[in-house]
Amino acid sequence: MAKLRGRGYASVNYPTGMNLGGDPSQALIHATTTGTFVVSLSSVDLGQGLKTVVAQCAAETLGLPMENILVDTADTDTGPHCMGTFASRGTHRVGNAVIMAAAEAREVMLAVAAEELEVDAGDLETDGTGYIQVKGAEEKRVHITDLALAAHFTHGRTISGRGIFLKEKNDPVPETGEMDPDSCQAHACTVAVVEVDDETGVVEVLEMHNAYEIGRALNPAMVAQQVEGGAWMGMSHALFESTEPYYPTRDHGPGDFNEYLMPGPADIPMYHNAILERPAGNGPFGAKGIGEMTANAPIPAIANAIFDACGVRLDTMPFTPERVLRGLDELRGNHH
Amino acid sequence: MASQVVNLRVNERSREFLAAPGTSLLSSLRDALGLMAAKRGCAQGSCGTCTVLLDGRPVMSCLVAVETVDGASVRTLEGVARDGELDEVQAAFLEGFATQCGFCTAGMIMSAEALLDRNPDPTREDVVEAISGNVCRCTGYGPIVDAILDAAARRRP
Ligand code: FES
Ligand code: FES
Repeated sequence: MAKLRGRGYASVNYPTGMNLGGDPSQALIHATTTGTFVVSLSSVDLGQGLKTVVAQCAAETLGLPMENILVDTADTDTGPHCMGTFASRGTHRVGNAVIMAAAEAREVMLAVAAEELEVDAGDLETDGTGYIQVKGAEEKRVHITDLALAAHFTHGRTISGRGIFLKEKNDPVPETGEMDPDSCQAHACTVAVVEVDDETGVVEVLEMHNAYEIGRALNPAMVAQQVEGGAWMGMSHALFESTEPYYPTRDHGPGDFNEYLMPGPADIPMYHNAILERPAGNGPFGAKGIGEMTANAPIPAIANAIFDACGVRLDTMPFTPERVLRGLDELRGNHH
Repeated sequence: MASQVVNLRVNERSREFLAAPGTSLLSSLRDALGLMAAKRGCAQGSCGTCTVLLDGRPVMSCLVAVETVDGASVRTLEGVARDGELDEVQAAFLEGFATQCGFCTAGMIMSAEALLDRNPDPTREDVVEAISGNVCRCTGYGPIVDAILDAAARRRP
């Protein structure tokens, strides 16, 4: 009886967004009296970090610090429209909509600043710390807090902007099936190293090497989180998670976390992750979507590593000890 | 059985409230005392997101009938920061990106506090053991283990 080691890899091309009759998201931005820019969205942040990325896009476009941005994901009844956070579309669709809204708001901000400073709007720039100033004559400047107050109470102006990103509907060509369903494609490859115990059938993932090409990584630390969390989830789907492998009936399926297996902190492999950045022309600052794809490649990579380790070709998830042992039995010619 | 008055010392403050028999410590914290950091993930002791320190020991507060711990002292995540300053574990979680949706975070931090209280110099295995009752669905655990080791290093004199 032995522990057999194997290595396998798998790749994924992952579409950003989808297109079933057009795929829009909207954003609205307005400045409060004290110069906080409220980004109103119906797009929900459930931990994937959308609010952070959206605040970055707004701050970068407005030329203001992150502290001046407040992202309000409010209410899908009353907010601007969003198709939803799925298909890894949040950063791309919502980011683009926010950039458009912030660009419009910036125009108004500069126009009001031009009135306030009695200069030409074309001569103004932002310094990134909260000031709008005259290019080449930086002492002539106004802080956004004072400007927003003046806009409300002196100039009677609303500093605001509207944005939408629409991926237009595209029907397949009936003859060829050809269509344009997504906006860009991110790419990834995972190499998994596993050890298969040929007596117990237990598979242990020892190493996972992940390479991702995702356009521009708008927030590299959050990309790293997504890659590692997704790799864990892929490993979990590959080896643990299922409501199915209990019998004789469905009633014996897992009903809670005591029975529904997932890898714990002792089961995590050694990770090595690499991010390649090739900005996408239509992405917000070049970003594609990195979301669901992070759980994709690990699964076939682990299946291939199991095959490499012991010759068992599994095509039903999860790759439980029972399935591995049945496969080994078959290879040895032992049929039950 | 009638409700009874329960006294707890919560985050170094005396608190007194009424609890029906069998009310969990978790429900008392959230509903009677308004302390919302401890979360109710499963209410049956299998996710760890309700972890608090009871007389210094980590417990799943959803499994503790509050009338059985009358007079005990309880520490929740709300009692971890000092004078508005994050403590070492919180700071390490924040700077190490050890939280995504955040649902597990309160329980993870309390399990870590309990570990570092009894073992200021834990190995990676010690950390893994200490959080083995805490489920995280987002991070893959690696950043959490790293953050707790980092917190131990920050706390060492
Ligand atoms: S809520 Fe207490 S362990 Fe899940
Ligand atoms: S951060 Fe989401 S469950 Fe741990």
